[in-house]
Parts: sequence; structure tokens; C-alpha cells
Amino acid sequence: MRAPKIAALLGVLVSLAVAAPAMAEQEPLAAQKWSFSGIFGTFDRASAQRGFLVYQNVCSNCHSLKQGYYRNLEGIGLTEEQIKGFAAQKSAATIGDDGQPATRPATPSDHFVSPFPNEKAARAGNNGALPPDLSVITKAREGGADYIFALMTGYADPPPDVKMGDGMNYNKAFLGHQIAMPRPLQDDGVDYTDGTKATTEQEARDVVTFLEYMSNPEMEQRKRTGVKVVLFLVLLTGVTYAVKRQVWSDVH
Amino acid sequence: MAGLHKSDVKNPVLNWIDTRLPLITMVQKEYGVFPTPRNFNYFWAFGALAMVQLMVMIATGIFLAMNYTPHVAMAFDSVERIMRDVNFGWLLRYAHSNGASMFFLIVYIHIFRGLYYGSYKAPRELLWILGVVIMLLMMATAFMGYVLPWGQMSYWGATVITNLFSAIPLVGSDIVTLLLGGFSVDNPTLNRFFSLHYLLPFVIIGVVFLHVVALHITGSNNPLGIDVKTPQDTLPFHPYYTVKDSVGICAFFVVYACFVFFAPDFFGNADNWIPANPLQTPAEIVPEWYLLPFYAILRAVPSKLGGVLMMFGAIAVLFVVPWLDTSPVRSAKFRPLYRWFFLLHIIACIVLGMVGAHKPEGIWVLLGRLGTAYYFLHFLVIMPLLGKLERPLPLPESISVPVIRRGGGPLPTGAAAKPMEKV
Repeated sequence: MRAPKIAALLGVLVSLAVAAPAMAEQEPLAAQKWSFSGIFGTFDRASAQRGFLVYQNVCSNCHSLKQGYYRNLEGIGLTEEQIKGFAAQKSAATIGDDGQPATRPATPSDHFVSPFPNEKAARAGNNGALPPDLSVITKAREGGADYIFALMTGYADPPPDVKMGDGMNYNKAFLGHQIAMPRPLQDDGVDYTDGTKATTEQEARDVVTFLEYMSNPEMEQRKRTGVKVVLFLVLLTGVTYAVKRQVWSDVH
Repeated sequence: MAGLHKSDVKNPVLNWIDTRLPLITMVQKEYGVFPTPRNFNYFWAFGALAMVQLMVMIATGIFLAMNYTPHVAMAFDSVERIMRDVNFGWLLRYAHSNGASMFFLIVYIHIFRGLYYGSYKAPRELLWILGVVIMLLMMATAFMGYVLPWGQMSYWGATVITNLFSAIPLVGSDIVTLLLGGFSVDNPTLNRFFSLHYLLPFVIIGVVFLHVVALHITGSNNPLGIDVKTPQDTLPFHPYYTVKDSVGICAFFVVYACFVFFAPDFFGNADNWIPANPLQTPAEIVPEWYLLPFYAILRAVPSKLGGVLMMFGAIAVLFVVPWLDTSPVRSAKFRPLYRWFFLLHIIACIVLGMVGAHKPEGIWVLLGRLGTAYYFLHFLVIMPLLGKLERPLPLPESISVPVIRRGGGPLPTGAAAKPMEKV
């Protein structure tokens, strides 16, 4: 029995070795250390709140976050009063008593208000490019949080041999290196109130933490439940195996 | 034969029912005392596992359907609503999407187990064929389920797969129009896929029932591949295999839970978190991992019709495996040469799976063709020839002899007349 197993392993290894060069086509992403990775990972509340500030001051001018609710902000540590106050500054679309389109102050149960009423308006305001919705952005890109971080920090001057398209920006992480979005994050581009130094990298780290939270608001509950479920199942497997040994003791 | 059933059930109420509708007797006969070979290894738990997983998929699916909206403008958002607003909706959805991967993993292991131990050979041909039918139905169900979240890969996967049928000469494009309910993937496609995705699992239950009935007529195969001869060769299904299968089920749920809770997007594709956009084709259109080997076979042939025929042929060939294998010995344990070819076949399938995940360029084209060639060679040439050429090892006399030997227990008198050469 042993020889076929070893051969199987070899077969898999050989095919992996063949696969490796083909996978390396694109520049590999640098793996970042995130508070939310691992089976015990949680969202760093302070970082997520700073990231919300970045989103609010920078991203939300062009990008929607339409699956998110203002009440989701409780998950990054904002109080109910803070959320109410914040939502009230936004105006949600409604139909007035006269039957005409109107606006009203948003409430915590409202979805995040989008910056543009529709896709055409978004394109018209962005040189023809459509800023993607950010609701599940860290799940919707290969590489996830690491990729978004690389994109936020990947702006650079184009190499001399690269001819840039009209209104395009050079970015090391973006496929094809030409992206319509101008560099969003600058050093000290946001005023952090907690004393953290607002470097581009710090802002990127914070906003990615916030967006990862908005993509997976259930993550902490999911992982906490998972630890309990897996522990229980391991125990159950052990007990069942003991019963099996007992039942089979007269056979073997 | 008409007439009341003579029930052994003690409880008078249950006896009254069992006399008129002998369900209790049936369960007792088929799952209680059912004589089962005593030498199963844990690979035999995968049948029960598949059954459990089918139930999990149907249970989670029913609750997902209560919250899902099959409309092109609302499907993606309704799935996000399930993830964010429905109580434990994320659990339902992740259990269902990862459950599909688990279901295929189980069924593929179940199939390879059958191939290794010759479970398809007489008299179990029909049992095997019903199994292949189940696999086909599962593929159709999984494909249509993948379309429902209406992400980019849902949309473009549906476009690619339905267009396969346009390769059929003369009527191809008409068939595609019928499948889609229009001239491109759109709302009618989503509606009918949702309807069929809900229907097919119940068709699967029907075929699974036939699969189990056929199994209980022929009896199970076993790792030695030899027939059950005496009652000593068997054990009652309960409690021996109910408890052994339970161990397998618990262990499997540990793996399943790890994916659902800690890596729910492991099998997923990032592009499917982008809402479907008919005007923008993703850089690469790839199916879910469990269809990749077949996708690789499809692309191994530089002809649309040829590729489609090869892909369907890869499944069709499974139907005739019982007649392609000419060896009189069931279990590969006693087939010294076949074991190596079997191993090669597993490697070919894994390589094909990897080829399916990559763009068909460079080394992948060659690997895809080699894998495809071996896949068919294995079934169509090696299986028929090897059965005639190979000298199998001597078979054990009965199931109970090696089992008792291995355990070191006392030999029953008269059961060990001849020494064993291979256990």
C-alpha cells in the first residue's frame, strides 16, 4: 500500500512545481498583518473608526457603499447616539407629502447614501469611469484586503517607457498599471483625532480594516461561533469513536 | 401479494400501524439487521455521508429560498440581504455554498472508492449506473445554483455552459434559445434556473432511493471484493455500521465547519462578488473546482463540437465501466498492475482539475491534452486489456478469515483451512 501513496504525493508535488511559474505571472502581493485574520481575528476598533473617517472624507465622494447600513457602525464601536447624529447629516431620498421626490434626514436603519443617483451620473462625474460599489470590495478582488492595501499604496510616477492614457494614473498593484482613480490617500490627507500619524500607509491600513468590516459585518460572530462549533464537534467525534470502539470490541 | 403483514412489533399501536403499513419492519430489515460485510474501512462511510450532506443542502436551501429573489435586478442584493439582515443568514448561505463543495468532495471520494474496489462489477452494474446518474444530476443542480447569486461568474458561467449546446449541428442554437428563454442569459434564464435548482434535488432523492434499493438487493461490496459466503462474514448494520458511519459523519463535520466558519470563501471566486454585468466579460471564466477536470477536457480539443463531445463522453464512459473492465477480480487490492494505473488515473484527474483553473496557454495546453488522453485511455484501453493480461493475486477464501486473523482473535473451527497469501 505504501508505494502508491508515495507516488501519489510525488505526482501532486510535480504538478504543483509545474504550476508555480505560471502562477507567478503577476507581481505577488505583500501579505499584510491584519487584526481580522486568523480564526480568533477581530476588527481593531480604533483602526476601523479611523478607516471610517478616511472613507467618509475621501472614498465616499465617489464610491457608494449601498449594502451597508448606518447601524452597522455599531460593529466598529460607535454609539447609538453617534450613529444617529451621523446619519442625520445625510439626506435620504423619499417621496414628499405632495407626491414629489424629496429628501429627509437619514436614520440608522438606512443604507449608506450613495454619492451619485445612478451609474450614468457616476460616470459623468468621473471622466467616464465607474467607481465600484465598496460594499463587498475586499471579497470582490483577488487578494482581498492585501490587494486593496497594495492598490491604495501603489501609486507612483509612471516609468519613462510607459505611455499613460488620458486622465489615467500609474499604480503598481492595478492590472495593466493604469487606473482611472486618482491617488486618493496622501500623507496627512485626513485629520486623525486620536494622535495617530496619518501616513498614506496608515490611512490605507485603516480604510481597508473598515472596508473589510463592511464586507463581513458578521465575521466576529462567525468566528466566535465557529470556535465553539468546532470544539464541540471534535469532542463529539471523540465520544462517537469511543462508542464505536466499545461496540466493535467483540468483533475485532 | 395482498394481505396484512405479520408484525413483530410489541407496542400495540405501532403493531397496528406496522400490520397495515410495515414501515417499521422495513427499516428494521434494511437498516437494523441488514447483513453487512464485516470488513468495511472508513471509505465506506462516504455513502452515508453523501446522504447526510444531501439533507443538509436541502434543509439550508429551503430556508435560503424563503429569502431569495430570483430577479436580475434584485438577486445579488437579496443574497447580500441574506448575508447581512436575515438571522443567521450568513450561516445558511455559507453552509449551502461550501456544502456544495463538500458534497462533491464526498461523492468523488465515494466514486473513486467504487472504482478502486470494483464496486461496479456484476452484479452491481445498475447500482453503479444509478450513481453516475446522481452525479450528473448533481452537476446540473450545482451549475444552476451557482447562477442564482447573479455575480459576474454566475452570469458568464451560465453563458459559457449554455452555449456548449450550440455546438450541436442544425438544432444547436435553437436548443440554446430554449434553455435560456431568450437570446442571451437574462431574467427568464434566472427564473427557470431557480425553479430547476429547487426541483432537481428532489429528483436526486428519487434516484438515491433507487440507488439504495439496488444496493440492498445486491448487498454491499467490501474491501476484499469477494462475495459474502457465510453469516460469519457479515454484521448487522445496526449498531456496527450506524456507529462507524457516525464517526465518519462527525469527523467530516469538523472539516466542513472549519470551512464554513473560518474560510467561507475558500472555494469561491472573487469575481462572483461583483454583480453580473452583461457588458463586461471577466478576464477568466472558470467554473467551480468540482467541474474543472471536465472543463479542462472541453478545452483540450481545438474544436467546439469535439470538445463538447469529449466532455460529455468523459461522463458517458462511466456508464459503461462495468463492461469495460474485463478482470474477474473486483478489488484492486489483488490487482498488482491495475493499482498503478488507478493511481495514474487519480493523478490525471487532479492534473486536469489544475489545467481547468488556468488559461489554456503554455504548458497547460500540453498537460490538458495528456490528462485527457490518459483519462480516456484508462477506461477504453487499459481497463479492457489489463483484465485479460494481468495475473491477480490469490483471493482470500472468505471475508471472515482475514478479518479474524488480523485481529488476532481465535479462529473459528474449520474457517481457516487454507493459509492466506495476501491480506
